[in-house]
Amino acid sequence: MSTSLKLKELSRKEELLTGGHRMCAGCGAPIIVRQILLASDRPLIASNATGCLEVSTTIFPYTSWKIPWIHSAFENAAATISGVESMYRSLKKQGKLDKDLKFIAFGGDGGTYDIGLQSLSGAMERGHDIVYVCYDNGAYMNTGIQRSSATPKGADTTTSPAGTVKQGKQQPRKNMTKIMAAHNIPYAAQASPSNWRDLMTKARKAIEVDGPAFLNVISPCNRGWRTPTNVTIELCKTAIETCFWPLYEYEDGKLTVNYKPKEIKPVTEFLKTQGRFKHLFNPGNEGLLKQIQDDIDRDWELLLKQEACDKSN
Amino acid sequence: MKLKNWKELAIGSVVPEAGNADSYNTGSWRTFRPAIIEENCIQCLFCWIYCPDSSIIVEEEKMVGFDYEHCKGCGICADVCPGKKGKKAIEMAEEGK
Repeated sequence: MSTSLKLKELSRKEELLTGGHRMCAGCGAPIIVRQILLASDRPLIASNATGCLEVSTTIFPYTSWKIPWIHSAFENAAATISGVESMYRSLKKQGKLDKDLKFIAFGGDGGTYDIGLQSLSGAMERGHDIVYVCYDNGAYMNTGIQRSSATPKGADTTTSPAGTVKQGKQQPRKNMTKIMAAHNIPYAAQASPSNWRDLMTKARKAIEVDGPAFLNVISPCNRGWRTPTNVTIELCKTAIETCFWPLYEYEDGKLTVNYKPKEIKPVTEFLKTQGRFKHLFNPGNEGLLKQIQDDIDRDWELLLKQEACDKSN
Repeated sequence: MKLKNWKELAIGSVVPEAGNADSYNTGSWRTFRPAIIEENCIQCLFCWIYCPDSSIIVEEEKMVGFDYEHCKGCGICADVCPGKKGKKAIEMAEEGK
């Protein structure tokens, strides 16, 4: 019997990520992990790519995790968890284990979009029964805010600084959720901790599905985004309302857009809340702002078109 | 916690005690301290589901207070609190005042 996704009922479940971890005050990642662990009805075993979450939740000799957890390197969270999952299948076949377990990997955008992409792609292609969760804060925050391929266009980072010649990162972000969906895996989705029921429903689907699943979750970082610590959830909401971070899912290749804002806000509403985009509002950068808006409009339109196309088939 | 020397450590630096970070105090990081105003609380539990530090204490489906050992004072709970009739049930106040 699964617990219904009601906060009162969920509050009776055991907390599987304890306090006392050293993530920054107001970080989005532990909120995401808590919600996903709470959503699961099955015992989970986790692997973690190197990153803020890995470093800060397991500073030796402490760990915040109340589930078995393994870290081996930056680039191989998905390979590590596929190994664990293969061992589990083997033990089950030999009759040495009869538990119903599920395997989950957590990685930041650096460990997912860039450094861990090959091992993740391999694990998805091999069809392991795993869930891979990317908490996407849009840069290498752990090492001091270097650009990643998830960093949005125009963002000021230490390796794509805004100055007199260049205005932050010049390239648009990679669309990782679509790349994962293109592996023809049974489940891939994009979610946000602000919409906890949506995220937890997606986590549950990802855990219950037989085969590889991918979740891409927006994770505000007040150090890198240059925001106050208390607006984490508000930022997620604005990202959704401006279609900067649309919520959608691919089930067996079919796309569903889970939330359509009644009135789409201009992306500047999202950009102006953060110090990393401050320079975009300087005179002379109007063209850049328009480019960013155009990219978002195009992606959103494409999503809606694809959804309509998938529905009619 | 007494740190072990290298001969006493488990192979692979395994931490055998799950969730022992619970005994580590991060409450000292706090600059702003959340406080509950009970008459404005509608028990929506948004503070609990959005807390990054598992620091909202819920007993019998009711929010009863804060875990000040671990709360870092980020203020998300106060920000997401809908309160009652526009009055928030969680307020942040500077530590030591």
